[in-house]
Amino acid sequence: MPPDSSANIQSDRNITLKAAVLEAMFEEMKCDENVVLIGEDVGAAGGVFKQTEGLFETFGADRVIDTPISESAIFGLSVGAAMAGSRPIVEVMFGDFLTLVMDQLVNQAAKVHYMSAGGFNVPLVLRTGIGIGGSLGPQHSQSLHSWLAHIPGLKVVMPSSAADAKGLFKAAVRDNNPVIFMEDRMTYNLKEHVPTGEKIIPLASAAVKRKGVEVTIFAISRAVHTALAAAEILLEEKNISTEVVDLRTLAPLDVETIVSSVRKTGRAIVLDGGYKSFGITGEIAATIGELVFDYLDAPVMRLAAPDIPVPYSPSLESLMVPSVDQVVAKVSTMFGDSV
Amino acid sequence: MTNSLNIEQNLAILDRMLLIRRFEEMLIDLDQDHDFGHYHLYIGEEATGATVVESLIPTDLLLTTWRNHGHLLARGTNPGRMVAEILGRVDGYNKGRGGTLHLTDREAGFLSTSGLVGGAVGLAAGAGFALKQAGEGNICVVFFGDGSLEEGVVFEAMNLASLWSLPVLFMCENNNSGAISAQEGGFPSSEIAASQISDIPKSLNIKSKLVDGADVAAVHAVVTEAVSNIRSGNGPVFIEAYSERWPGSRPLWPEQATGVTQLEAAWDQTVITGEHADWVRKFDPIIRFIRSQLEAGLFSKDELFDRDRKIQNQVIEARAFGEASALPDPQSALDGVFAA
Repeated sequence: MPPDSSANIQSDRNITLKAAVLEAMFEEMKCDENVVLIGEDVGAAGGVFKQTEGLFETFGADRVIDTPISESAIFGLSVGAAMAGSRPIVEVMFGDFLTLVMDQLVNQAAKVHYMSAGGFNVPLVLRTGIGIGGSLGPQHSQSLHSWLAHIPGLKVVMPSSAADAKGLFKAAVRDNNPVIFMEDRMTYNLKEHVPTGEKIIPLASAAVKRKGVEVTIFAISRAVHTALAAAEILLEEKNISTEVVDLRTLAPLDVETIVSSVRKTGRAIVLDGGYKSFGITGEIAATIGELVFDYLDAPVMRLAAPDIPVPYSPSLESLMVPSVDQVVAKVSTMFGDSV
Repeated sequence: MTNSLNIEQNLAILDRMLLIRRFEEMLIDLDQDHDFGHYHLYIGEEATGATVVESLIPTDLLLTTWRNHGHLLARGTNPGRMVAEILGRVDGYNKGRGGTLHLTDREAGFLSTSGLVGGAVGLAAGAGFALKQAGEGNICVVFFGDGSLEEGVVFEAMNLASLWSLPVLFMCENNNSGAISAQEGGFPSSEIAASQISDIPKSLNIKSKLVDGADVAAVHAVVTEAVSNIRSGNGPVFIEAYSERWPGSRPLWPEQATGVTQLEAAWDQTVITGEHADWVRKFDPIIRFIRSQLEAGLFSKDELFDRDRKIQNQVIEARAFGEASALPDPQSALDGVFAA
C-alpha cells in the first residue's frame, strides 16, 4: 500500500529508508505543484525497486513521468525545466549511469548559476541508487560520489538511515541548486523510527551518531552502520571509546563537525564504500591534517574499496566493502595493537 | 518569396541585421586591441536571427550557442553590456563569468548559451516541458548549428520533444555550405551520414522545414507558420535554415575576410572587390535584403545610410561602454557558486 497522509497518523513509525524517501516525495509533491518526478519506469511500474510506488496513481502522468532510455536528455531536460520554473526530481536508475548524464550535469547544471552571475537557478534533485551487493557486476555496483563531490556547484547527499533520508530528501527538493541524492541499495530496507510531520535536515550538516572520546570514525551512507557495529565491539573488547560521525552530505562538507570531533578524540579513521584513490577518504584525511594536525595522536587512517572494478562473484564482491572486523583491527592499530 | 512583412517589420529587421553586422565588425577590431580569446561570428547568418525574433513574444524563451551575438542583439539585448561581458568586465551580463561563449540575458528570455555542441538542445526540451506544464502558451526556441546533430543528446532531446509534444522550435542554422572540407586541410562544419539534416527529425515525426536562411521573407514565412503551430499545442517543429558560410568564419579564428560592409554593394557592383566578391554579391544576406527592398521602394538610399550611421554610432558607444567598465575584483570569483 502506498504511503499517503494516513501514514502520518500510524502509531508504528518504524519504516524503511526506501519508504521514508517515498514519503518525502509524496509530501513535497503535495505541497509544491512544481515538483515533478521524471525517470525510467518511475510511473505506473512504480520503479524497478518499487521506490516510487503509488506516486503515479496519486499525482498522475503529468507529474510522474516515464521516459525513454535517454539519460542524457532526461537530465538535460530536467536542467532546462528547472531553469524555467519546474522543480524536477529526476531518477537515474543506477549510479553507474551517471556517466551518461555527466555533460549535462557537470557542464550545464553545475555551472548555470555561477555562469549567469546568479541570473538562473537549477533547483533539481538527481536521485540514484548506488552500492555493492547482490552480484550486480562491474557496471551496476559503482559508488561514484567522489567524482560528483569534486565539481563545484553540485551538492552530494548520502543518507545512512530512514529518518535522515526523509529529512535530507525534503531539504534537497527545497534547495535551489542541483542536488545529487545517492541511496545505497543495501540500506533500502533498514528500518528505524521516523518522526511524523515536517522535519527538514539541513544539507551540509554531519551528525554525531555515537559519542566517544578516543577515536572518531567518519563514515557516510551504508558505511555508517559498519562504523557503529565496530564501535560497539571496540568498546566491549578493547575498551576503546569511539565516536561515529555520519557525514550525511559530501558536498558541501561539514568541516566544522569534522574538526571539532578530532579536537576531542585526537584520532581519526575515514570509512567509505567508494574507491580509496582520489576519493573522499583522502579528502577528509587531508582536511584534518591541514586544520587540526596538532590535535592528532596518530596518523589518520583510511578504509575504502580497493581500486578494482566491482567483481561479480559473491566471494570476490565481498572484498569491496570494508568489514566490521577490518575497522576494529585498523582502529586497534591506532592504539598500538599489532594486527 | 512574397514578402508578407509590413514596412515597420522590414525596417526593424533591417536595423537588427545592421546592428549585428556592425557590432561584429567592431568585435574583430576589439579583439585586435584586447585579445579577449576565441570567439565566433554570426556574419552571413543575420537574416535568420533578425527575422526569427519577429515571430516571437516577450515571454517566449530562447537558448543558443557560442555563436550567440546575433540572437541576443536581435532580441534587444544591450550591446554595451555585451561588449563588457566579452571583455570580462563587471558590467557584463554575466559579470565577466561567461564571456562571448556564454552570453546570456535573462530579461530578453535567454536561458543559456552553451559552449558544448548540442548542449543547449537538451535544456531546450526542458524549457519546453516547463512551459507546457505552465500552460500559458509560451514556446521555446533553440538555435544550434548543423554539427549539433552529431551529438547523441540532440537526438534524445528531439525524441522526448516529439513524444511529449513539447512547444519547442528547433532552429538549426546550417552554415555548412562553403565550409572548408577536411580533405582540404580545414575544418568541415559537420559530417552527418543522413542525406538531409531534416531527415533526422522527420524520422521522429517532427515537422521539418528547409529554408534559405539568408532570405528574410522566406525565413519569416516558415517561422511564423511553425511558431503558430507550436503555440497551438501541436508539438515541436524543426527548421533548417541554410546559409553560405561567410569566408571570415572558414578559418579556425575569425578573419575580416570581406572588409567592412559597404551598403553600396546592393546597387553598385564596382565596390565589390577582392577574392570573396562572389560571396558578397550572391550570399550576403544584408546586401540581398537591401537590394530587394530598394527595388520594392521600402526606403531610399539616404534613409538607409542614415539608419546605418545611427547604428554605427550605437556600436561605437557600446564599445566605449565596455572598455570603460572595470574588471571584477578577483576575490568576487569565489562568490555565488550556489544559489541561496
